[in-house]
Amino acid sequence: MTRVISAVPVGIIPEPLLRAQSTGGKLLLMVFAIILFAVVFGLVLAFASLFKGRNGEKVQGALFALPAVALLAVGLVYPALRTVNLSFRGRTADGPYSLDNYVTMFTSPELLVVLRNTAIWVVLVPFLATAVGLLYAILIDRARGEAFAKALIFLPMSISMVGAGIIWKFVYEYKQTSRPQTGLLNGVLKLFGLETRQWLLDAPLNTLMLIVVMVWIQAGFAMTVLSAAIKAIPDDIIEAARLDGVSGFRMFRYITLPSIRPAVVVVLTTIGIATMKIFDIVRTMTAGNFDTSVVAFEFYNQIFRFNAPGVGAALAVLLFVLVIPVVAYNVVQMRKEA
Amino acid sequence: MSTLEPTATPEDVTREMEETTEKKPRGGKRSRTGHAASSLSSPWASLTAVVIAVLWTLPTIGLLVTSFRGQRDIQRSGWWTFWQNPGGLTLDNYRQALAPGSSAGLSQYFVNTVVITLPAVVLPIFLASLAAYAFAWMPFPGRDALFVAVFALQIVPIQIALVPLLDIYVNKLGFGASYWSVWLSHTIFALPLATFLIHNFMRELPGELMEAARVDGAGHVTIFFRILLPLLTPALAAFGIFQFLWVWNDLLVSLVFLGGTPDVAPITVRVAELSGSRGSAWYLLSAGAFISMVVPVAVFLALQRFFVRGLLAGGLKG
Repeated sequence: MTRVISAVPVGIIPEPLLRAQSTGGKLLLMVFAIILFAVVFGLVLAFASLFKGRNGEKVQGALFALPAVALLAVGLVYPALRTVNLSFRGRTADGPYSLDNYVTMFTSPELLVVLRNTAIWVVLVPFLATAVGLLYAILIDRARGEAFAKALIFLPMSISMVGAGIIWKFVYEYKQTSRPQTGLLNGVLKLFGLETRQWLLDAPLNTLMLIVVMVWIQAGFAMTVLSAAIKAIPDDIIEAARLDGVSGFRMFRYITLPSIRPAVVVVLTTIGIATMKIFDIVRTMTAGNFDTSVVAFEFYNQIFRFNAPGVGAALAVLLFVLVIPVVAYNVVQMRKEA
Repeated sequence: MSTLEPTATPEDVTREMEETTEKKPRGGKRSRTGHAASSLSSPWASLTAVVIAVLWTLPTIGLLVTSFRGQRDIQRSGWWTFWQNPGGLTLDNYRQALAPGSSAGLSQYFVNTVVITLPAVVLPIFLASLAAYAFAWMPFPGRDALFVAVFALQIVPIQIALVPLLDIYVNKLGFGASYWSVWLSHTIFALPLATFLIHNFMRELPGELMEAARVDGAGHVTIFFRILLPLLTPALAAFGIFQFLWVWNDLLVSLVFLGGTPDVAPITVRVAELSGSRGSAWYLLSAGAFISMVVPVAVFLALQRFFVRGLLAGGLKG
């Protein structure tokens, strides 16, 4: 332990307050941290209240905002700029400036597969999750037991993607056709007399199987937001349409869907952004093997496994660049509707 | 609120049932039920809803049942056959997964998760509500530009900050693989969304409230603690639940800053590790997965109301 420490500059927090072995020690550390944060918080407030008068007001305001703004500047803006810088400095991020990492990203066969997979994810997940969520929201709207029916679809949102990955990995579990099946999906195949499959091994099928997990998680989000939007449609609009003889699918197409359009856009884009950053599911279920890697996973892989922080940085920058137009579209749409 | 009226009275239901048994659905006459969905409700609609609900719950039930089955049963037969041998259900898997010194040793990782999560929820709420108050009600030079900047930072994916941040923790601050790295990281990553959400709620409060307090001689500190925080409890709860679920369920941040270090790593990291290295040890994996899920599911079910409110206010971390 001491050997490692000596290689590192002396920390601002003494060693006993950095780590703890026993459960009690850990809990104490946690309480200490919360108290420390509260004390710092109190000091800022006490300091701020020293400033009185009209100009003092302004200083107070700046001081109230200071901790959050300073943390963001040091912990998010500066690191982001550094990552952009690193992405131009070759594979190991310490060489001369070049576009090598970006060239690698768009030419090497492995990374092209990664980009292709990410595209498949981003196209399929938002639309499938929104479609299922919307369908379910309409089907159970004002039905008996609506709250319970919602909770069933909603629950996957509260568990970790690691947990979700394990749940589905078990659904996809493979055994030879002749043996008793333990995976649900292969069990169903066998029931119908079909050969069992290695769902997570065969590309490109395996990417689709991973996408199912994300749809399973996100449908609850879509359902909740869209259900609230459906309930917000004024009754008189529906009544008027009904008097005109509109019903069934046409009611959905011409009344419901246009009324909830802003909510649908928000849901699609929000899920789209979450999908671009997908990491946990891929890592838990296939570890990116068998051609299932995606940008946010490959980013981690390049840095921590292949020792290519430059390529990793370039992938992180790509992720950022991909997110911007989606967010921009989202904001523009919301403006238009408002 | 019109939604408080019962929309499907027993009479309506029996009428619908009669209609279906007669096999003469007369769409036009349905208007009396007076809502959007009734036009779609039919046996097929109900069936579809049930199919979706079953598809969405069956995978979880499968692993839950498995977590209570013996190690050999899990290998030899599908979980759907468990009813043939209900006596075979056992808590052994959970015992083995939690036992200290066992190969999984999940109890200490569980403690780590708790220790990581609480400060990582409390701290951003502190900082963000303070900043949101300044942005909402305290004029100072450059305020609006700064608020737009904080708001805009929501789009920055955390991936882009991870490695330089790790460098700062290890080489500048000497944190290494310690709780402090994750506490600070989760706080930083939460601040843009938290500030934005809490700011929105604060703007909705009437300005007269603040002015009246000022006239009475109350300072900003008093107003913040005495007037604003109590009124904001629902908003803070909404954000708190988001942040709680996000931190408890996080994998990437912990993996980058803590690696697999048993002293500090959270349960998600350990369960993910088990899933990779011991792919077929389903007796451990199933129990481990549910040990990691029980707290967020309980919190979620208990506080669902706040969660939905936060969700509709635009708070989903993308």
